[in-house]
Amino acid sequence: MELFLQQILTGLANGAIYACLALAVVMIYQAIDHFNFAQGEMAMFSTYICWSMIAVGIPYWVAFLLTIVISFAGGVAIERIIFKPIHNAPVLSHIVVFIGLLAIFNSLAGAIWDHTIKVFPSPFPDGSFNGLIGLHEIGMFFVTLILLGAIFCFFRFTRIGMAMQAAAANPDSAELVGIRVGWMLALGWGLAAAIGAVAGMMIAPIVFLDPNMMLGILLYGFAAAIVGGITSPGGAVAGGFLVGIIENLAGTYIPAIGSELKLTVALVLIVTVLLFKPNGLFGKSIVTRV
Amino acid sequence: MSNILEVKGLEASYGPTKALHGIDFSLEEGGVTTILGANGAGKTTTLRAISGMISRSGEILLAGKNIISLRTADITREGIAHVPEGRGTFVRMSTEDNLQLGAYSRSDKDEIARDIERVYSYFPILKQRRSQQAGTLSGGEAQMLAVGRALMLRPRLLLLDEPSFGLAPLIVQELFAILKKINVEDGVSMLLVEQNASLALELADHAYLLETGNIVISGTSQSILENETVRRSYLGY
Amino acid sequence: MTTDVETKVDPRLTSGARINVKWVAVFVILGVLFPFFIDGYTSFQMTLTIIYAIAILGLNLLTGFNGQFSLGHSAFYAIGAYTAAILVYHLDFPVYVTIPIGGVVCFVAGFLFGLPALRLNGLYLALATFALAVAVPQILKSSHLEGLTGGVQGLDIFRPDVPEVLVNTFAMTMDQWWYLISFGIMLLLFWAAWNLINSRSGRAMMAIRDNPIAAQSMGINTSLYKSLTFGVSAFYTGIAGALAAIVIEFVAPDSFTFQLSILLFIGLVVGGTGSIWGAIFGGLFILMVPNIAEEVSTGLSYAVFGVILILVIYVMPSGIVGLVDILKVRLKKKL
Ligand SMILES: Nc1ncnc2c1ncn2[C@@H]1O[C@H](COP(=O)(O)OP(=O)(O)O)[C@@H](O)[C@H]1O
Ligand SMILES: [Mg+2]
Repeated sequence: MELFLQQILTGLANGAIYACLALAVVMIYQAIDHFNFAQGEMAMFSTYICWSMIAVGIPYWVAFLLTIVISFAGGVAIERIIFKPIHNAPVLSHIVVFIGLLAIFNSLAGAIWDHTIKVFPSPFPDGSFNGLIGLHEIGMFFVTLILLGAIFCFFRFTRIGMAMQAAAANPDSAELVGIRVGWMLALGWGLAAAIGAVAGMMIAPIVFLDPNMMLGILLYGFAAAIVGGITSPGGAVAGGFLVGIIENLAGTYIPAIGSELKLTVALVLIVTVLLFKPNGLFGKSIVTRV
Repeated sequence: MSNILEVKGLEASYGPTKALHGIDFSLEEGGVTTILGANGAGKTTTLRAISGMISRSGEILLAGKNIISLRTADITREGIAHVPEGRGTFVRMSTEDNLQLGAYSRSDKDEIARDIERVYSYFPILKQRRSQQAGTLSGGEAQMLAVGRALMLRPRLLLLDEPSFGLAPLIVQELFAILKKINVEDGVSMLLVEQNASLALELADHAYLLETGNIVISGTSQSILENETVRRSYLGY
Repeated sequence: MTTDVETKVDPRLTSGARINVKWVAVFVILGVLFPFFIDGYTSFQMTLTIIYAIAILGLNLLTGFNGQFSLGHSAFYAIGAYTAAILVYHLDFPVYVTIPIGGVVCFVAGFLFGLPALRLNGLYLALATFALAVAVPQILKSSHLEGLTGGVQGLDIFRPDVPEVLVNTFAMTMDQWWYLISFGIMLLLFWAAWNLINSRSGRAMMAIRDNPIAAQSMGINTSLYKSLTFGVSAFYTGIAGALAAIVIEFVAPDSFTFQLSILLFIGLVVGGTGSIWGAIFGGLFILMVPNIAEEVSTGLSYAVFGVILILVIYVMPSGIVGLVDILKVRLKKKL
């Protein structure tokens, strides 16, 4: 029983990581109606920027805020410079560009900051709660919830949030009601990059900073967003925790799995969930008459 | 009376293929004009060209101001609302959110709320469906929502692309009665594209006949109704 | 009876229905003579290009012609490779026989995977196939299967020598011989794909891609076709995998990570989705460009590769074949 509880808590702690990144995934999906495979690498790169600022003596929270601003600007710039010119290219071509970006960020980070693993500071106190879960994880949990609230309000209650969803879902109609679709895309990229940066800065104290830190985590982030329902920020967070717990319990309790097949089992379970709930656990089903 | 819209030498193309070969027409302030034509004649293309949704050249004067170089989002701000072919509602959003988005370019909150109520008074069924996902509306309801969303812009000119398409005759009657009311009571000018010529000519005062990207006949609805060619090929009697 | 169904067909996505016999003949002759004018290393590289082209064609049948997205084809490539390697290593099968067996095993695997995948679309299918790509190397490494797969170490196999006659008459080397075998298999598979695409079944596949609901209402059994396409696609990729195992004389789990899936996907898009010949360009691209990137800058080779990818999409948003088509139209206009 104690082992079980311990595994649930470890799962939640890992889940917080996935949930945080899943929010960035949901944000970009709302903006471009697609995943950005370079999302994890962009977050990693942002985290390095923050690390550099802290290394030259800038206080943590100042660096934190500056990183968010820089990442936002970077996201907007990527959309305007790289994606605007190929707006009409097929989706599959966009995916190739995502892959190109992924390679560029990964490689640049290695070249600028080298490949040695770096310690990244946590803004929260050291220590743990009853030895069960670290204080950083608890802090991160709340950061995730705050982000979630902000995103939810943005999409639900602000004009611009609604406009962004409209622009992604039906660009032609969006233009016809006066939405400047191009800038909505750029804004979505900016916000997703900013959220990704927060995720990166929260994740790095746990997994340490290195250019490849996000490759595996992004996959879980995608999975979390999909399991939860890609259109629902709340679902994505719930999905993140669920994926974290499933992964840990499967690794601990299903014999013959152990840690070496943990990822496989988690993915198989996720796909199984999708077979029965094709829109995710919390996603709205999209009913359209034909 | 002055012209709300004047189109001169309008050309439009999809990539290398030209779909409009320099058409001229005009629309009186407060009037309803219809563009008739067979499938593929270029009716939708004409409306898309006016809204800036495809590459085009020529002159498009809205109340004297040339809007040919404006982009779609800015053209709507000049007061042109476009109900596109196939309705183009935001299917994942509720009816009311669709209407809210229709007023995206406005910032007068109270007036927006009042206009939503006005749309509901035109189309009471939409009020019943206000929190339902637009994708789940019936064809008639979706068309009403599309018109309602366009009205939320407080347009001077409403472009309507085959609003009767795929609707039951009774629903069509109802919809056109309301369009008439909107035209008369609110003074919204309309450019109506239809394949159903008799229906369109009933509502419109002027008509143009489009064939493969050229205007071939124009005149008052009455004169078009009496035109032998039109009667044979588009009215079927 | 006419069915009046409007479908949105991207002209870039339809296949070239005509086959130009003259050009194909030139291609075949040059292809056969090629290894006798280049060194062994280059023939080996060209053999790999051919193998990639076969795998990409398999992916193209699925994505380009049937509209199903896959990031999991490294898994089928691995299954094909391991099937061949295990049969040769443990059971002493004749090497040549293992190539079609690898394809058939993959056909079954692909068909079976295609059944549940039917319920998934777009991103969901991407995730599911990606999961497959991640899972397969892990399974291959698993301690439970080590006896069969050789675990992390993998398996070493040996390919048979060049037939005596050929050595005596042409002084043919191993690299040349296996280049020719691969080239022959590629021609056969390309010909089969071309026939498939231009058959009733091929049109059904494309109808499903363009408008699944309309296809269904035209009486096409969409589920069966989608699963079968998955199977055929895996068959092609499995043959490529088996060939790769034999040509390289070695299999190990780390040769079949999801990066391979991504490379195949890049090859598909850069070559040209929905074009059979695009696969050859795609194969060349994914074999050569990473090496070029490495030469430009060792430390930043990934970044260079990324930049090249982005530039390629700028210049050719619909792949090399798309560009060739555009150039052809321009040339014709000028003449
Ligand atoms: N997206 C498009 N790409 C290329 N050609 C198009 C496109 N849309 C319409 N066309 C062509 O333009 C012409 C006019 O079409 P359209 O304006 O839609 O006709 P209508 O609305 O009168 O039925 C037709 O020949 C049609 O084939
Ligand atoms: Mg039309």
